[in-house]
Amino acid sequence: MSEMRYEAPETLAAAVALLSGAKGRARVLAGGTDLLIQMRAGRIEPELLVDIKGIPEMTSIVAENGGYRVGAAVTCMELVEHSAFAQAWPGVTDGVKLIGSIQVKGRATVGGNLCNASPAADSVPAMMAAGAVVRIVGPDGTREAPVEDIPTGPGKTSLARNEIVASFLLPPRPRHSGDAYLRFTPRTEMDIAVVGAGVNLSLDDRGICTRARIALCAVAERAVLVPDAAAVLIGTPVDGAALDRLAAAASAACRPIDDKRGTKAFRIQVAGVIARRAAEIALHRARRLS
Amino acid sequence: MARHHVTATVNGDPVEFLCETQQTLLEVLRDELRLTGTKEGCGTGDCGACTVTVDGRLVCSCLVLGVEARGKSIQTIEGMQTGKELHPLQRKFLEHAALQCGICTPGILIAARSLLERNPDPTEEEVRYWLAGNLCRCTGYHKVVEAVLDAARELRGG
Repeated sequence: MSEMRYEAPETLAAAVALLSGAKGRARVLAGGTDLLIQMRAGRIEPELLVDIKGIPEMTSIVAENGGYRVGAAVTCMELVEHSAFAQAWPGVTDGVKLIGSIQVKGRATVGGNLCNASPAADSVPAMMAAGAVVRIVGPDGTREAPVEDIPTGPGKTSLARNEIVASFLLPPRPRHSGDAYLRFTPRTEMDIAVVGAGVNLSLDDRGICTRARIALCAVAERAVLVPDAAAVLIGTPVDGAALDRLAAAASAACRPIDDKRGTKAFRIQVAGVIARRAAEIALHRARRLS
Repeated sequence: MARHHVTATVNGDPVEFLCETQQTLLEVLRDELRLTGTKEGCGTGDCGACTVTVDGRLVCSCLVLGVEARGKSIQTIEGMQTGKELHPLQRKFLEHAALQCGICTPGILIAARSLLERNPDPTEEEVRYWLAGNLCRCTGYHKVVEAVLDAARELRGG
């Protein structure tokens, strides 16, 4: 058995220093629900694990400038159980709730769901639609990037090997805003999205859509923002005609693969259906939430 | 450096053990601490047979490293009964014949207790969703759900 080091630093600076100083392959350990499986399968054999759950800013949920800052190592259960957050961002909560069983959610983290870079990660389209911005800490300090800039392909991110996603900033939102995440799966629980869609929209006092962001997962090599599907809602009351155009734009943005979970043609069609239904839920929430 | 010295609490008792980085909490419980009530099913977090709580949080012990248990409080099936008296959930599983081969049972009991601590009066649907991460290939779940609902009734004093 090869010797694998384990470190549990208490600061981000110490964590970055450990990653920078690793002689072999180093991996950040958050919830471990993907990493331990990859290690067990022999797909990766890190020289160093850096457990970041002892870093306070990575494990807290705090109000910040009218929005929320969510530590990247906050577990899915902690986020789902945060009632004020769930009320502010029900669509993000929809996505996080769908990540695995209660047991998996007790360990899996929102940062891990992003950085594992599965094209089907359920929280990622919801975070993209929400306009979440991640704070990244590396050897040269701190930088910020929109969530959509992080995944680049299956299992691949734009992060340098000694950079860590420390937290997500969910921005403050105007009145009459709502978001939703929906996915298609053959089973209601314990499944992986065949297609997923996150929608976030804002209405003015007359019910006209002023802002919208729409993202899809499992229809490309990474979760994707679909500006064309959002643009067709702006200036409309999000009526049937606007939703038809949204569905068409969502389908047009897909570049999926055939696999055991669904065919290309099926995914392209279902992406439109799911995006439309998610928009209807987001609309309902925007009308209800002041 | 290879082996970590870990102190933790298991079922209320202080424990200490040595483990390699890649040893899971499940392996530590079974192989180092000889607490073999927690079962290994899939080893990938899909089946829930290895369910325990860590600081009150339901987890698959196959997805936790032993070294991560440092300073934590762990509850396993061995701590469920009080003295010789079975927990009501355990008794109801026997009464309702909610187990056959028994491999999934410790994990389901730990998960069900966690549910009833949070929600003493769950609906059948809530029980089924909460236990979605615990696979049973024998019972078809119906008797499991009935046993959990019956235990909930008894625990509420009804």
